[in-house]
Amino acid sequence: MIENHMSYRASYTLSVNGQCYRVIDVEPRLLLADVLRDILHLTGTHLGCEHGACGACTVLLDGRPVRSCLMLGVQAQNKSIQTVEGLAGPNGVLSPLQEAFAEDHALQCGFCTPGMLMTAQFLLNNNAHPSRLEIREALSGNLCRCTGYQNIVNAIERTANADNASENSVTKR
Amino acid sequence: MKPCAFQLYTPSTLEDALEALWELTEEGRSVKVLAGGQSLIPVLNMRLATPDVLIDLNELDSDLNFISPDTNHIKIGALTRHYQLETSPLISKNVPIITEAERLIGHVAIRSRGTLGGSLAHADPSAELPLVASLLNARMTLQSKHATRTIPAAEFFLAYLMTSMEPTEILTEITIPTLPGRSGQSIQEFALRHGDFAIAVAGAQVTMDEDGCISDARLTLGGVGGTPLDMSASLAPLVGSRPLPEDIERLMKEICQDLEPDGDIHADSAYRKDLAITLSTRALVDGLQKVKDS
Amino acid sequence: MRRQEDPTLLRGTATFVADLTVPRMVEAVVVRSMYAHARIDAIDTMATSSLSGVVAVITAADLPEGVGPIPMRLSSSPELVQALQHPLARDRVRYVGEPIAVIVAQSRYLAEDAASTLRVDYSPLPAMASVDTAMASAPLFEGLTANHVYHRHHQKGLGSEAVAAAPRRLKMHFSIQRHTGMPLETRGLLAVPEAERLTVYGPTKVVFFNRRLLSDLLKVPLEHIHYVEVAVGGGFGIRGEFYPEDYLIPFLAQRLQTPVRWIEDRMEHFQAANHSREQHHEVEVGFDDMGHVMGLADHIWVDTGAYIRTHGVTVPELTQAMLPGPYDWAALDTELHVVLTNKTPTGTYRGPGRFEGTFVRERLMDSIAATLHLDPLVVRQRNLLQATQLPYSNGLKALGHEVELDSGNYPAALLRASNLMESETISQRKSEALHTGHLRGLGFAFVVEKSGLGPYEDARLVLQDDGTVACFTGLADLGQGTGTMLATVVSKELGVDRDRIHVIYGDTDRVAEGFGTFASRGTVVGGSAAYLASAELKRRIVAVLSDVIGNGAKMVMHPSGIKVSGRTRTVSYREVLHRAETQKVPLDVTQRFTATAMTYPYGVHACEVDVSPETGAVHIVRYGVVYDVGKAINLDMVRDQIMGGVAQGIGGAVLEQLVYDETGQLQTGTFMDYLIPGMCEVPDIEVVVTEDAPAPSNPMGVKGAGEGGAVGVAPALANAIADAISAPPEAFTTLPIRPQDILRWIRLGLEHRPRGDEAE
Ligand SMILES: Cc1cc2nc3c(=O)[nH]c(=O)nc-3n(C[C@H](O)[C@H](O)[C@H](O)COP(=O)(O)OP(=O)(O)OC[C@H]3O[C@@H](n4cnc5c(N)ncnc54)[C@H](O)[C@@H]3O)c2cc1C
Ligand code: FES
Ligand code: FES
Repeated sequence: MIENHMSYRASYTLSVNGQCYRVIDVEPRLLLADVLRDILHLTGTHLGCEHGACGACTVLLDGRPVRSCLMLGVQAQNKSIQTVEGLAGPNGVLSPLQEAFAEDHALQCGFCTPGMLMTAQFLLNNNAHPSRLEIREALSGNLCRCTGYQNIVNAIERTANADNASENSVTKR
Repeated sequence: MKPCAFQLYTPSTLEDALEALWELTEEGRSVKVLAGGQSLIPVLNMRLATPDVLIDLNELDSDLNFISPDTNHIKIGALTRHYQLETSPLISKNVPIITEAERLIGHVAIRSRGTLGGSLAHADPSAELPLVASLLNARMTLQSKHATRTIPAAEFFLAYLMTSMEPTEILTEITIPTLPGRSGQSIQEFALRHGDFAIAVAGAQVTMDEDGCISDARLTLGGVGGTPLDMSASLAPLVGSRPLPEDIERLMKEICQDLEPDGDIHADSAYRKDLAITLSTRALVDGLQKVKDS
Repeated sequence: MRRQEDPTLLRGTATFVADLTVPRMVEAVVVRSMYAHARIDAIDTMATSSLSGVVAVITAADLPEGVGPIPMRLSSSPELVQALQHPLARDRVRYVGEPIAVIVAQSRYLAEDAASTLRVDYSPLPAMASVDTAMASAPLFEGLTANHVYHRHHQKGLGSEAVAAAPRRLKMHFSIQRHTGMPLETRGLLAVPEAERLTVYGPTKVVFFNRRLLSDLLKVPLEHIHYVEVAVGGGFGIRGEFYPEDYLIPFLAQRLQTPVRWIEDRMEHFQAANHSREQHHEVEVGFDDMGHVMGLADHIWVDTGAYIRTHGVTVPELTQAMLPGPYDWAALDTELHVVLTNKTPTGTYRGPGRFEGTFVRERLMDSIAATLHLDPLVVRQRNLLQATQLPYSNGLKALGHEVELDSGNYPAALLRASNLMESETISQRKSEALHTGHLRGLGFAFVVEKSGLGPYEDARLVLQDDGTVACFTGLADLGQGTGTMLATVVSKELGVDRDRIHVIYGDTDRVAEGFGTFASRGTVVGGSAAYLASAELKRRIVAVLSDVIGNGAKMVMHPSGIKVSGRTRTVSYREVLHRAETQKVPLDVTQRFTATAMTYPYGVHACEVDVSPETGAVHIVRYGVVYDVGKAINLDMVRDQIMGGVAQGIGGAVLEQLVYDETGQLQTGTFMDYLIPGMCEVPDIEVVVTEDAPAPSNPMGVKGAGEGGAVGVAPALANAIADAISAPPEAFTTLPIRPQDILRWIRLGLEHRPRGDEAE
């Protein structure tokens, strides 16, 4: 009886960056990261370890950061996924966070960057004024081997401060 | 590092899940229950486990994801995620040590997915939630297709990564006593990096009487044995007294004397023991301080 | 100033090798030895080959007769040849992770399924998991008489006699643990056959050398191999060397006539990519009561792993050559021993030999100071080479060049670091920290680096008709921003906006030759070539426009055309190119910079720490680096390199270790066990870049900045921790320094402290 509900194949719909994708007749074992990268060709999400420890594969699932290497693609159906490809605005305008990363040299090889951006974006969405320590704690699960992190913290801080500045200027006027 | 081929079953009711688990186990299939996947999927990716079938519990939120307070205790569904516990006002009011413990678990993305039930079922001896469950003598509700039983934490954790759950059982609910009056809780740990599993961890709960003397004290240690170690019985000398931190430290040195933790690549046995003394002292002192502050 | 590389990386649209897919592509998985040392009795591929989805299974028996081994690129020596590695093990495996077979299947998932079915019959042999065991065991290779495969002795002055004659001596044993670069992106290759040509995506670092090597191994003409470097997720020395897979994957693509992709996974990477750093030093130093050093003797034991790889004995030789550092040693006696063991082979990792040697030397300086109850800064000052003593040759050779410290003001750097860290007032801060229950300490380490390895590099600049400039280079980019660096050089020289310079690299169809990016040579050698080419291009443009410009007038290259001072009309680039053509002056310029000597950047690492007397935990309160790069092309990017280096240095100093058990099994094969520093483990770093001592050997005076950030961290931290807990001279000679080690020294100190102290 259960046999009827169990399958070696699966088809499902994923919503990524506001767009719907149909994934047809794949094995259920495909990790979300592999579905994004190899089937949807959204290769901005990177794989650095495939055991949850580096953070390179972090995407937002219903607004919260998750490791896309520690989820099956099929588990993400009926949920909204955001990846690095969805950060820039229409016409490819970099988001304030991406701008700040460029400004502060918050990347070198850029391999960790998508995961950093997604985790940082979540932080800023939930805490408009994080301290440097809060930034460091929030991103403690994202490894970077190139930058030494300081510039990443600077960039996130810069983004938050720019937000504050615009808030302030609105309230002052 | 890709998981082996398996069949996936995603039940939409707990009943279906229990039924499937029962049937497949009877048939001799190798089955794994998938909760947050933050421990299981790494193991699958490394092919250290190669199950035939995965039963995904993630569609069972309506059955297994809840936090419901009762008199003197709070019931939590096994599928409640770390971040939900971390941010729940009900939890921070009734079992504040869970809020503290959650902040020590991994990183934000791990807490998005990982669950209370998964942490307990995984039974890592240096994990925070098994420690808390032991400290507070939480009761675990285990269900199979044909039976439901509730056992105390002490009977649940058997050894390193081993529990007394039957292969046909699912951990569905955890019942945790709420913080008694005039009490304080504290969890203290030491990890090599922020968010890592602890090398050693101590949890304490202290209750004072009206005169400011300790009327009850509990202590559990993690990372120094195969399961969380309940040290509460050795705290008798504290009861009825108003100990200074030095007194507590002296007692901790005494009661940790006989610990024989295994060493590993991250820390040797002697160091773990040393940490056990320091952290349990800190936890008790901090617990006391919280009572005084409140 | 922004980097050219960033926009695509930030959007997630940059192409790393694992992002490439092409039609008909199949995927490979490498089956690796589970034993550290074993005979392979049989491999049964039958069952595996017949699985659905499997395209091919190959073992050593399927490789062409006589292929391999993989030769040395640097520091080769005849005695090492016996120990070179073949692409696949034939009848004996010598480390866990050694390639035995390759399985090609329709997907990585299926290839891994197949890999788990491959039957390999092993007869285990005794494993040599340490230098000591290896020294007492039979040689790993036929044709070798011992596992002690390489030995070099160097003596300066009276050597160890000088040590013996010194009034004071200190004998110490240092251990540097095995650890490695661990880039966040694992290795990977995609090989695509097209008619007789083979295009290989994914090589980096030394693209041209590796292409030549592949053409030799595959026995196909060089021009049939097209190497294309794509975005690279960090190198740090270990990536881009020619590994077994660099032969196997192109070979399979050629043989199967279908594109083959191989993306290493992290667990493979731990076993397969070069390890580094593992050394033991038996040191004796002689000095006088003032702390003047009189001689140094060192036996350097290097655990090189199971095979000699492309680096030959680069790391050991650099250790020996750079050990003396910035001090004026009258006598040196160093003996180098390189030993084969049953562990993953080793190669270079950021600051190879200097990370190790600097730890030994700079910890030793503090130990001398502690012995004499002197300030470690004073002991350093008394021994530093003075500015007037430079250039100074220490008599040793590194990478074929004699080490001649070219320029520098070492005492000034030390003073600057001391001021930066406010060392005058440290005792005040120590007592303040004590109030919060912490032990405060301050530590320094002097670093002398090398950079700018030859032989040469070309730069080709081509003026385009839209006024942009194409810059072709033989360098590679592994994340350090090579394109931005070169564009900056060219832009400064030509006065063209930086984003109008397009740097082209890593494609062997578009660039003729190059030696690559390693040993901090990019800016010095490749940058100098670009500088020379810019000057030449400018000279030619001026010549072409001589009738317009006239004498003494200045030209500015605007996006719309060339503007000449004193005239309103701009000359369009079309016109410039047209004139150039008619005058037969090509505005396509290639210039070569030949490095005649290496150049030596230097600096000081300094840190202030708080140590918890209860747990031994270390909190870095401040971290400062003073570093002299002669001349900085781009100050921000120099700082970026230093900060990234320090983070890796922190890993090597206190966290990272590749641990083997006695059977030669790797115990730390995942990121859960091998601990890379995260955001909470790396503090903000104060970098002071100085330009006191331009390099005399290149036109811009630049020195490389790639490695100095990593090399000074371990001794600076060790010295700071030792200072905090008033450790005895012999403490902290083993890396990594873990909280448990610190706590042990704290406890020992309490036991041995005289009673009077305790009463305080
Ligand atoms: C990088 C990283 C860092 C981490 N750091 C920490 C840390 O510091 N502290 C810590 O405690 N944890 C840490 N974790 C682990 C994390 O907390 C996991 O969430 C937890 O251990 C397992 O919960 P899960 O819901 O993900 O369970 P899963 O991974 O889904 O399952 C774990 C095991 O429990 C079984 N199981 C799960 N749910 C049930 C159930 N309801 N009934 C019966 N069996 C069940 C599964 O079959 C499996 O065997 C970390 C994980 C990662 C990847
Ligand atoms: S790839 Fe997912 S956490 Fe590293
Ligand atoms: S920029 Fe290379 S890993 Fe972060």
